[in-house]
Amino acid sequence: MLPARFEYHRPASPEETFALLASLEDAKVLAGGQSLIPVMKLRFAAPAHLIDINRLPGLDGIDVADGTLRIGTLVRHNQMVASHTVSASHPLLASTAPQIADPLVRNLGTVGGSLAHADPAGDWGSAMLAAGASVMLKSSRGEREVPISDFLVDIFTTTLEPDELLTEVRVPLPSAKMGGAYLKLERKVGDFATVGVAVQVEMANGTIGRAGIALTGVGSKNIHATDAEGSLAGAEPNEAAFAEAGRLAAAACDPVSDVRGSSEYKRHIVEVYVRRGLARAVETARAA
Amino acid sequence: MQITVTLNGTDRSADVEPRLLLTHFIREIARETGTHLGCDTTSCGACTVLLDGIPVKSCTLFAVQADGREVTTVEGMMANGQLHPIQAAFKEEHGLQCGFCTPGMMLTAKVLLDRNSDPTDDEVRWAISGNLCRCTGYMNIVKAIQAAGRTMASESADAQTPVAG
Repeated sequence: MLPARFEYHRPASPEETFALLASLEDAKVLAGGQSLIPVMKLRFAAPAHLIDINRLPGLDGIDVADGTLRIGTLVRHNQMVASHTVSASHPLLASTAPQIADPLVRNLGTVGGSLAHADPAGDWGSAMLAAGASVMLKSSRGEREVPISDFLVDIFTTTLEPDELLTEVRVPLPSAKMGGAYLKLERKVGDFATVGVAVQVEMANGTIGRAGIALTGVGSKNIHATDAEGSLAGAEPNEAAFAEAGRLAAAACDPVSDVRGSSEYKRHIVEVYVRRGLARAVETARAA
Repeated sequence: MQITVTLNGTDRSADVEPRLLLTHFIREIARETGTHLGCDTTSCGACTVLLDGIPVKSCTLFAVQADGREVTTVEGMMANGQLHPIQAAFKEEHGLQCGFCTPGMMLTAKVLLDRNSDPTDDEVRWAISGNLCRCTGYMNIVKAIQAAGRTMASESADAQTPVAG
């Protein structure tokens, strides 16, 4: 399948990239291309210009600074899988990375590209919501930091302006003991999630301090289950608390019936996976 | 756009449309047809090639993105007229039936075995989970990859043994 014709641009510097983004009509940024190229081949997208950022320097680092994990927009999924910094600092992201797509797609697909694509079936969106992350958006006009919960607006829709580039993801690293897990139900490796659940807990004196819960593939965007999170603040980490959070998360989602399962089935999986994910997250927090 | 891709060690230049996929560049312009186009939707891995040594799906990459980079296909596996140990093992262990997924399967296996010549069943299955085979049920593919690993380990041990004298 051939995509529609487009003009190809390969800027050599961030400045050149921002200038192109500001001047070109109907341009898309090409990062890993593992979502964009398939939708272009299916002609769901037909941008007039592609701006290939793959050779831009300085966008593929994973670092910790000021209690924040900083993930460059060109970091590939498999870099997240292999990163000692990630596995040592962030259980939820470490659990999410190896479950994304398949090994070949993970070699090219990027964290930043996946978030900017804003597919409600994307795994990073949920992980970043549960982790309380934000994204850095840069243009020739300046730079702004946007919480991921504001960034993801609707299906394939974000607050990214046409002249902006998502340059970095910032994930807070709390000083409290933290645990997390990503649970994904998929029909086969590489399929979109039937249901995905991202869970993070931060412990405070044996009780739950902050909890983060977000859901994949069960709404028109990654769903931030804030009621479920709220029910856990200050709660004892026990089965009753996990079950209540599971019920509230199931109530917050809005799945459609499709080839992957009925709406009722998906809602049920959300309830079960939130319960299981919380138990696993508390376990990893205690082991931390 | 004028591009040059180093394909199996040889520079191949062409003037291509930016929308040309790397698979089509390899098959229709460079005329190396060992790389197969299967699902064309980023699912099956039949089109797997190595881009600077990393296995990727060539149906989900534009040829212009490979400009100035090294691409290895199944044609680049043989050396000195000899099958690569992975090719020999797929033949010996019946690691293929129709052969359609085989080039991609072997290239992915090569990257695994170059890192770890003695992978467990689970490690092999994990590594090839982006390459689909609809014939074999994977049993003999896993066996072939592990057998190739043993050959590669013994060959590299031989190469390192100092010559007596």
